[in-house]
Amino acid sequence: MDKKLYAVTALFKTPNDIIAAAKAVRDAGYTKFDVHTPYPVHGMDRAMGLKETKLGFVTLAAGILGAVGMISFASWVASVDYPQVIGGKPYWSWPAFVPVTYEIAVLSAVLLTVGAMITFFLKFPNNSHPLHDTRYMKAVSSDTFGIAIQADDSKFNEQEVNAFLKKLGGDVEPIYYTEEFLNFKPQMFEPKFILLLVGVALVAAGGGYFTWNKLLFMPPFDWMMEQPRVNAQSKSEFFADGFGMRPPVEGTVARGFIPYPYKATDRADSVGALLANPFLPTKKVLELGKQKYFTFCSPCHGNFGNGDSRLQGQFPNPPTLHSDKVRQWPDGAIFHVITVGQNVMPSYQYQITREERWAIVHYVRTLQRALNAKESDLQ
Amino acid sequence: MSTIESIIIPKKELPSNFVKAGWGLVAVGVVLVIISYATDTHRALFNNLIGFAFLASVAVGALFFIALEYIAGAVWSTPFRRVTEFLASLLPLAIILAIPLLMNMHELFHWSHSDAVAADPILKHKEPYLNEQFFLIRFVVVLGAWLLFFYLFRRNSIKQDVDKDQKHTKNNITLSAIFIPFFAISVSLFAIDWLMSLEPHWFSTIFGIYYFTGTAICALAVTTFLVVSLSEKGYFFKGVNENHYYSFGALLFGLLSFWAYIAFSQFMLIWYANLPEENFWFIARWENGWEYISIAMVLLHFWVPYFMLLSRPSKMNVGNLKRSSLLLVFVHFLDLYWLVMPTYSKAPVFSYFELAFPLLTIGLILVVFSLQAKKYNMVPVGDPKLQRGIDFHL
Repeated sequence: MDKKLYAVTALFKTPNDIIAAAKAVRDAGYTKFDVHTPYPVHGMDRAMGLKETKLGFVTLAAGILGAVGMISFASWVASVDYPQVIGGKPYWSWPAFVPVTYEIAVLSAVLLTVGAMITFFLKFPNNSHPLHDTRYMKAVSSDTFGIAIQADDSKFNEQEVNAFLKKLGGDVEPIYYTEEFLNFKPQMFEPKFILLLVGVALVAAGGGYFTWNKLLFMPPFDWMMEQPRVNAQSKSEFFADGFGMRPPVEGTVARGFIPYPYKATDRADSVGALLANPFLPTKKVLELGKQKYFTFCSPCHGNFGNGDSRLQGQFPNPPTLHSDKVRQWPDGAIFHVITVGQNVMPSYQYQITREERWAIVHYVRTLQRALNAKESDLQ
Repeated sequence: MSTIESIIIPKKELPSNFVKAGWGLVAVGVVLVIISYATDTHRALFNNLIGFAFLASVAVGALFFIALEYIAGAVWSTPFRRVTEFLASLLPLAIILAIPLLMNMHELFHWSHSDAVAADPILKHKEPYLNEQFFLIRFVVVLGAWLLFFYLFRRNSIKQDVDKDQKHTKNNITLSAIFIPFFAISVSLFAIDWLMSLEPHWFSTIFGIYYFTGTAICALAVTTFLVVSLSEKGYFFKGVNENHYYSFGALLFGLLSFWAYIAFSQFMLIWYANLPEENFWFIARWENGWEYISIAMVLLHFWVPYFMLLSRPSKMNVGNLKRSSLLLVFVHFLDLYWLVMPTYSKAPVFSYFELAFPLLTIGLILVVFSLQAKKYNMVPVGDPKLQRGIDFHL
């Protein structure tokens, strides 16, 4: 095997020694060298003559990008894409966006910093580096400080470097590597790695399942389940009658519903004096009235209001609608009777809308006029 | 590393314009205070409260940093710890500033009117805490305890100058361990008593922390300004450089971000729930001109100093540190003004009343500092950590 020299390394015992060694190597003009220490040693950057990193700019740019991106996204969602009235506040309420924007700024700064470090600044992990599994690397990973001057440095000369590092007091050793070693490519899926992934997945899934489906229902972790609040459609200890569902407050009406202020015990003619027919007897109104009359009124009152319906004795017949009494009633009185009912007649308030009731009144009026026509009507 | 004695500047007179500025400000301040009280006692009292809260901030904040250094074992701040000790010696003066307030509680605090309390169920409920007797007891206990801690910390530190005995450091560390939890509770009570109870119907459980962060920033900013300005003129020791300054800038940056976090948390929860019993306090600070002060607070207390102190070189730059520190001291005044004055008036007011106490308190800081610097070393020469502080580098 053809062994090539990678670097000459030297180990030192104390941080002061390694700082001094780094300074000496820097001052001697070497550029391709690295220092390995078990923990970060203060002042090493300067001792090695390293330039300050530009990584901070990546962090700043990533943070600003994250913040701007998040606030734009949140603004678009809240005011354009899915506007919702939350807590009675305007669609675009910036205080609600602040925590998320701040978190995403931090997250993107962190992720992009680490990403840039791994890919660009540190140039990816290397699985076959000549320093791997050497005595040198084991030493610097635990309790020794090391410096390695690479063979491809322009000023490199093996004997010179050897002597130089020995003079500084280091424990010197050259590191060799083979082509075959450098060309080693690990498999994508190592068995141990796959086993690790499976193990992590099992622990995460199992732990998650246990936590959210079992643990949170066991005392004392179920403490959030008993809350002093009334749940929808459940019994309640808060209200005296034990009901969680409360009846609507006295006087509640449905949306769009206008309550009828007069009672069934009110006399029709007195109510009639208070109501006025809001509709004019147009063709449309009369046709509506005719249709509704035939649907709801004709079964008892007959097709022409005479009270001669097809019930014929199976049900008490109502008096005729063409009596003087009814003809003299104001429109509102007829409306009132339809609304609240009278004697055997039930209330038609819920089957016939207001508009339809007034239309029926108009139609009844035409029937009355038809059966008591005057000469002048024919003109 | 040369010997300490060769590096440290022995006791030296402070620059004359520093001392003159201090006395000048005190003189102008005293005159304005007298005129304020003679013209409009009510308004003068509210400004007195702002001045008292400010001076207490500087003094007890400095005390906090002394304790923090001991308990954390920090070395970067050791050469400058005497500055915070000088600032903490302002505590007795702060107590004196409180005397007019204690004599006029009825003008400041709505809850001190017994007829108002009798008619108001909320005030009645808070009466066991918000009553004049208990208020006075708390004041005596809290300020008294702070004074005692200051006296003990300082005595150990000064003694160590002479006998260089490490036991003083150990004693101060023990003292810090006792002081810090007591400080946490007492500074919260202080803030609740003097600032939050101005609106006795309102409450915010984060208010104590809010005042604490403002206090910490203010004390550190005053310290930073003094350290940077004086070391430029050759005080402390030879070779004060950017490494020594960096930590001040970094800590100021962290604390102002923390302030923004707490201030926004306080606001957001009340904004979100929008409950009438809580939101009126912020609504008052968003009407009739207070909205401009609120916006100024957000910009000047967070955004501007944040970007001023964001980059690494900015924290090591002498001019930038001085400017940032001055801005942060100014904005702490603005913070206290924003906390206190909406109780006094519906719209922000500004006149000689509002200048009297800031000028007086700044002057007092400079005067007390110069008097202390005559008596004691400006560097804790006996401190075992001093060498490491002088050698400190990033």
